[in-house]
Amino acid sequence: MANLQAIVAEKFPEAEIVNGETLELNVPDAKWHSLATMLKDEFGFDNLTALIGMDWGDLLGVVYYLTNTSTWEMVRVKVTTADRVKPMLHSITDLYAVAGIYEREVYDFYGIIFINHPDMRRLFLRNDWVGFPFRKDYDANPEVNPVRLDHEKVDDVTVSYVETAPGKIEKRKVEIFSPEQFVVNIGPQHPATHGVLRLRTAVDGETITKIDLYLGYIHRGIEKLCEGLTYPQTLHFTDRLDYLSAMINRHALCLCVEKAMNIEVPRRAQVIRVMMDELMRISSHLLAIGTFCMDLGATTMLFYPLRERETILDILERTTGARMTFNYNCIGGVIADLDPNFQTDVKKLLEIMPKAIKEYNKVFTGNVIAHNRMDGVGVLSDPDAKDYNCTGPTGRASGWACDIRKRHPYGIYSELQFEEVVRHEGDSMARFKARISEMEQSCRILAQLVDQIPEGDICAKVPKIIKLPEGHWFQQVEACRGAFGVYIESAGGNQPLRVKFNSPGFCLAGAVDHLTRGEKIADLITIGGSLDYVVPDIDR
Amino acid sequence: MEVTTKSMPYGDWKDNEYIEGMVNELKANGVNVVVGSLDKLINWGRSNSIWPLTFATSCCGIEFISLGAARYDMARFGWEVARSSPRQADFMMVAGTIVHRMAPVVRRLYDQLAEPKYVIATGGCAISGGPFRHSYHVVKGVGEIIPVDVYCPGCPPRPEAMIYAIMQLSRKIKVERFFGGVNRQEKQQDFLKNHPLDKMTD
Ligand code: SF4
Repeated sequence: MANLQAIVAEKFPEAEIVNGETLELNVPDAKWHSLATMLKDEFGFDNLTALIGMDWGDLLGVVYYLTNTSTWEMVRVKVTTADRVKPMLHSITDLYAVAGIYEREVYDFYGIIFINHPDMRRLFLRNDWVGFPFRKDYDANPEVNPVRLDHEKVDDVTVSYVETAPGKIEKRKVEIFSPEQFVVNIGPQHPATHGVLRLRTAVDGETITKIDLYLGYIHRGIEKLCEGLTYPQTLHFTDRLDYLSAMINRHALCLCVEKAMNIEVPRRAQVIRVMMDELMRISSHLLAIGTFCMDLGATTMLFYPLRERETILDILERTTGARMTFNYNCIGGVIADLDPNFQTDVKKLLEIMPKAIKEYNKVFTGNVIAHNRMDGVGVLSDPDAKDYNCTGPTGRASGWACDIRKRHPYGIYSELQFEEVVRHEGDSMARFKARISEMEQSCRILAQLVDQIPEGDICAKVPKIIKLPEGHWFQQVEACRGAFGVYIESAGGNQPLRVKFNSPGFCLAGAVDHLTRGEKIADLITIGGSLDYVVPDIDR
Repeated sequence: MEVTTKSMPYGDWKDNEYIEGMVNELKANGVNVVVGSLDKLINWGRSNSIWPLTFATSCCGIEFISLGAARYDMARFGWEVARSSPRQADFMMVAGTIVHRMAPVVRRLYDQLAEPKYVIATGGCAISGGPFRHSYHVVKGVGEIIPVDVYCPGCPPRPEAMIYAIMQLSRKIKVERFFGGVNRQEKQQDFLKNHPLDKMTD
């Protein structure tokens, strides 16, 4: 890192270098692309972990988090522009594939145009939406954007702002689908898209040639809502993002606030949090494999995993009082103590699970139909997984060891014994099997902890009014679908300036086009199911 | 007159006065409330095999899946045939947040349902926008775009609550001739007048 710092200082004298939580570089836009190229090619920062649009009032800009996937070092880069009328920054889509979808999100929310991005269209909002909602001066008057009942026009043409010579920007029309292409609309209301995702799919016979992704059918503006609330009030939204890893998401936000405030969480609360996270992970993977198999036509395999899932939900319900949106973690610990029967219940579950997993394997995994549908379908290579930032079971099924619990351990994970499940085939079958093996590992973690829950407080002493100092923090955890990141920027006070939930599902959705090209249209269902995105997590 | 479903005894309903109050009110206004036996038979059949349209946008939809699985088993009541096409469904269980971009889609799905059709708004979001009410992109309740028959509160409602909501709907269907049909159909006509179709493109 010191080396990197020296070289950046030498080659980019304009850059401002700060040693914060990570190394931070503030560069002018003109130098950003060459800096990114250097970071990627010479320093191995081959993964764009997060790309966060920002509005500081006078400046608009973007914050990037890049990761070196061999050392897991992170660097933060900030690029700004003072132009609020037609802000423009340089795109890095040619370096990082995932930037394609990230930058469209920023354009949608902040109106920042990315030069050389091949497709500058809105992503979440309707294409006739007025204004950019995440700007601080956005006009939220419902008369400006009423609920429209007319259908928006679909676009077959998009625009791109191309830099022809330094400083000369030209607006060009780019074709998404040519008039000859046969386009099938799938979604938003479709039983096999796992929620309200819309895919405009160009097909040649049965083969997919291109997919154009439409998001925003469940975009709830959670991040913007957070900006008007106090920190404890923002917590409940995390349960409703990816409701299948509710506990884990909330754990991430709590960790981020605790990090900012230097709160030491009592040991008992830490153990409880990890146990809850692992229970959540098992229940989520159960539902994931269940619905995946049902999409392939195996209805029995929906009912079997759901049976075990209900057992877990019972355990969670006895402690938290809810089956889904638990509201259990709080800043400083957890909100209520465990149910007296918690340990016995977990032990019972640990007895059931190995048998159940055996049963799933017997019913489905070895089944010849399952093999025909899943083997070799939707292969994602290891470099592509990093390029598209596909983390979680998907990334690990492609051979990328990206488990945040191992790479950036949080809570008590560094003390625990479990294996990171890494497979190398990268196909749908590998993703399915990775989930099954992860459930086994989660059971292993639970078995280590179930008799080791220490006595003590469940929550640290925290001030009545939670105020964060000025600054910014980024915290990642391993959610059920991959690395879930929370970014908080505060200008002091009890409300955040910006909260960003960097969700794994969003990147997975961004990889759908890449994964499905050349596959058969029936395999789209297999691939979507095996990625297991949750749409409210994508749309936020 | 006792209005109930086969699976739940009359005495177990907590709101019998409400449904009977409506019958009595209509009687007092001189509406004929004697159903012919053919009507009775049709309504009996209809109310016992209402098929939902799978329409789940978010968290509440997962509870709807639980409702279909073995533990809560909605097949017991004849509702298990969840259809993916609105043409084959009787009612729409709006489970989850409805946002601006989704609004025209919801409306279109509703228009595509064949008559007689019903809507259950499930969960805080579908009822009023729920926790996201103040968001710039959330519709403040699905009632703004389509007429709703039964509201089922919760965040998410437990599967038991969903069962109750669907039973409530079948009770309404049973006495449709009296008020459900008459009142609601009228409401629907008014509704369509206020939300004209010719404004819709595509
Ligand atoms: S009511 Fe609650 S559980 Fe249901 S969709 Fe809304 S936030 Fe999710």
